[in-house]
Amino acid sequence: TMAATKASKEQKYDRQLRLWGDHGQETLENAHVCLINATATGTEILKNLVLPGIGAFTIVDGHTVSGEDAGNNFFLSNNSIGRSPDKLLDNDPEFFHRFTIVIGVQLPESTCLRLGSVLWNASVPFLICKTYGLIGYMRLVVQEHTVIESHPDNALEDLRLDQPFEEFKNHTNSYDLDSMDKKDHSHTPWIIIVAKYLEKWLSEHNDQLPKNYKEKEAFRQTIREGIIKTDGGVPEDEENFEEAIKNVNTALNLTKIPSSIENLFNSEQCNSITSQSSPFWVMLRAVKEFVHDEGKGSLPVRGTIPDMIADSQKFINLQNVYREKAMQDAAAVSKHVECLLRSVGKPPESISEKDIKLFCKNASFLRVVRCRSLAEEYSVDSVNKDEIASYMDNPDSEMVFYLMLRAVDRFYQQHSRYPGVYNYQVEEDINKLKVCVNSLLQEYSLSVNIKDDYIHEFCRYGAAEPHTVSAFLGGSAAQEAIKIISHQFVPFNNTFIYNAMSQTSATFQL
Amino acid sequence: LLFSLFREKKRTKVVELTENMVVDGGSGVSFEWGGRWSHIKKFLERPGPFTHPDFEPGTEGLQFLLETCKILVIGAGGLGCELLKDLALTGFRNINVVDMDTIDVSNLNRQFLFRPKDVGRPKAEVAADFINSRVPGCCVVPYPFYCVDCINLSRLFLRLEFHIIVCGLDSIVARRWMNGMLLSLLVYEDGVLDPGSIIPLIDGGTEGFKGNARVILPGMTACIDCTLELYPPQINFPMCTIASMPRLPEHCIEYVRILQWPKELPFGDGVVLDGDDPEHIQWVFQRSLERAAEFSITGVTYRLTQGVVKRIIPAVASTNAVIAAACATEVFKLATSAYIPLSNYMVFNDVDGLYTYTFEAERKENCSACRQVPQDLHFQQSSKLQEVLDFLTENASLQMKSPAITATVEGKNKTLYLQSVPSIEQRTRANLSKTLKELGLTDGQELAVADSTTPQTVMFRLCFTS
Repeated sequence: TMAATKASKEQKYDRQLRLWGDHGQETLENAHVCLINATATGTEILKNLVLPGIGAFTIVDGHTVSGEDAGNNFFLSNNSIGRSPDKLLDNDPEFFHRFTIVIGVQLPESTCLRLGSVLWNASVPFLICKTYGLIGYMRLVVQEHTVIESHPDNALEDLRLDQPFEEFKNHTNSYDLDSMDKKDHSHTPWIIIVAKYLEKWLSEHNDQLPKNYKEKEAFRQTIREGIIKTDGGVPEDEENFEEAIKNVNTALNLTKIPSSIENLFNSEQCNSITSQSSPFWVMLRAVKEFVHDEGKGSLPVRGTIPDMIADSQKFINLQNVYREKAMQDAAAVSKHVECLLRSVGKPPESISEKDIKLFCKNASFLRVVRCRSLAEEYSVDSVNKDEIASYMDNPDSEMVFYLMLRAVDRFYQQHSRYPGVYNYQVEEDINKLKVCVNSLLQEYSLSVNIKDDYIHEFCRYGAAEPHTVSAFLGGSAAQEAIKIISHQFVPFNNTFIYNAMSQTSATFQL
Repeated sequence: LLFSLFREKKRTKVVELTENMVVDGGSGVSFEWGGRWSHIKKFLERPGPFTHPDFEPGTEGLQFLLETCKILVIGAGGLGCELLKDLALTGFRNINVVDMDTIDVSNLNRQFLFRPKDVGRPKAEVAADFINSRVPGCCVVPYPFYCVDCINLSRLFLRLEFHIIVCGLDSIVARRWMNGMLLSLLVYEDGVLDPGSIIPLIDGGTEGFKGNARVILPGMTACIDCTLELYPPQINFPMCTIASMPRLPEHCIEYVRILQWPKELPFGDGVVLDGDDPEHIQWVFQRSLERAAEFSITGVTYRLTQGVVKRIIPAVASTNAVIAAACATEVFKLATSAYIPLSNYMVFNDVDGLYTYTFEAERKENCSACRQVPQDLHFQQSSKLQEVLDFLTENASLQMKSPAITATVEGKNKTLYLQSVPSIEQRTRANLSKTLKELGLTDGQELAVADSTTPQTVMFRLCFTS
């Protein structure tokens, strides 16, 4: 039955639903992934997408299984389209338009570039993965990827103590710390305490907030003095006051729109809303308008407060003040959304209240990832020389592996094989590979030094795809694909290198 | 260093073959096919500029992996399944796996060796079956018991000389136990560590999108206890909050779990709350809603209820795949000297992009687990034994669970306090409120402390302060 299936899925996926929610899960179940090349790396990626419940997958692979493949690949038989990606690009490039994301594994440079161009023009995200010896490589190619729920690890609270809103001020006014009995005094939320003492401070300091360490310490002292004392003058144990003192530093953070959000406000997509604009941009524009209007320069209030020592009622009442303000702000943003939608001829219900609320709650955490195209990365005119050269100041930086992979691609183009595959080739291929390295550096006018050891090592690899490195990349790539599909958490931008020799990694923007 | 030790390790014990092992003509050669190990061979048969100084290219390396190297995998869950696959496909054939758990539906989103039909069966057995069927020649032997079951584990260690241990555990206590186990096997001659007695421990851990992998050479590099501060103790909500001042939905759930259930015993006397029983969770959920309604608290859901009661940690396939792979790579390096192993701790986080940080954790000078010297305990003569007990449990570097303290007083071995045996607990409870002086303890005296966090007794030295 439908209900039984739903219940068993809830059970099975419980551990991951706690990370991306039912709505995130839905995006996975509606996705159709294309995997090109069912090598060890490819099947590991796929396994890590099938396990969390990807809706559908298609494998494109023109190769036949070899003894080598059976050695490093946990999965051998599967539904695969027996044509190579190059043939598809020749005959039916629109084949790839149907996919939520295309993942290309162990692809030669020429195929990558061709496919990259097709997918870029069709706005289909493209994730390139390669395991080469003990090196893992990923490249994400997506024009514009918006993220509302980025789930930041250490988010600052949105308490507005430096610019308290009307309802908050009314609420703190309802407290008179001096006339409270001890029980109430000791169970007043620290936010109220800081607000009260801040009010006093401002009136005594010409409306200037405590700015430097000395002033903040003095401010903390005023709070400390507010702790109830016994008849003998000994301060009682008031944990809520200790909390207030501890939180002064962060509580006095100025309410500010993060520069990343300001940048988004200034972007083209935000400023020219059309009927083609995605809900993300419409909502962002609405928030921008809110900031300049009802928000008086600030984003909509987030509406959450951290737990703190307080009795239930005081805490809930305070929490409700923030929640109601957040709802109010979201309603105001909603009006702007409606106006915008009407102005481009779209029904106002096309963006739900629920989505607008979620957007407002995450207003400080919005992210937009824009990766450069492969064409831009590879073109002599737009290659990111600065990034490459500055990392290569350290000749052992992971950047050297990026350059070696590029050189190896060249080798393949010239010799129709990879270096050092057979034992007898290792020595003689070193010089051939070195020629490729030098021609690469010359073509891009890169004056960097690549140590001979790396050239030797890449010949030694013989294009091996050892299972443990494939598995590492398999996990990494699958999660990046999940981020693209679910629009939750933030994908990398745009080149990731993993070095299994040293268990280190790096991300470059190329 | 270690590879040559492995090669020279004397095989004096006979390895028991169980019915799980598939033997064909005894030679093992029929498991092979052309090219099977060609990916691995490139790292074992070719010299290279980044290999370990001990590395010698040749066919011996692969032979060692296939025929001799013995690996113990602790845990057949999220990390364990991945580890078994990774090791099997890297050429390791003699693998033993320990796991006391049975398979649950919620495992199926990541523990890929299990299928819905396997729910209820022991993880170690099902995992071993799957790998043995899928990877010809591989012999995974399952041990479905709790690794902290010291009798069984010690027997295992005595019977089979393991070259490397890999842990994919979900408990810090069990980790510390394994750590202590390996430390107890170290042999010191005239105060000098015999490197032949070192069994490397590779330890992996994951939680949501975060994970870590580390290499421990017991007696030589930082051990689990050396870096205990990296695992801060789990914070429980204060009782007064739960009992009279709830503010969060979690407080309401804890109230029902800790206070209401024992009082109402809804499923009968002596029936303990079982987080895996949906009826129990449903009951807790309903009561939590009622509690929350009393205080106008929103947010109690079934999912939250289950999460709080079972202390659920979110988990996905991808993080486990990454961390297990890193661990397996290290096992390969240690077994073959192909490369210098990770030195010694890698942290991974893919919430925002992909982030890794690799550093060398340092041994702690006075680590209670791996340092041979008793740790000093500073107390006044007038301090009560309870204070010593509190220190042992609360100190961030010790984090003991329920330590049993004994000392030699007037020539006789005296149990000062022991919690785990009710009769002894009753007998020694009065000691907790006695002062150290009253108990007959002297300055410089050694205290022996036993605890579930370590298989070995930890020695402390009492230093009286004025």
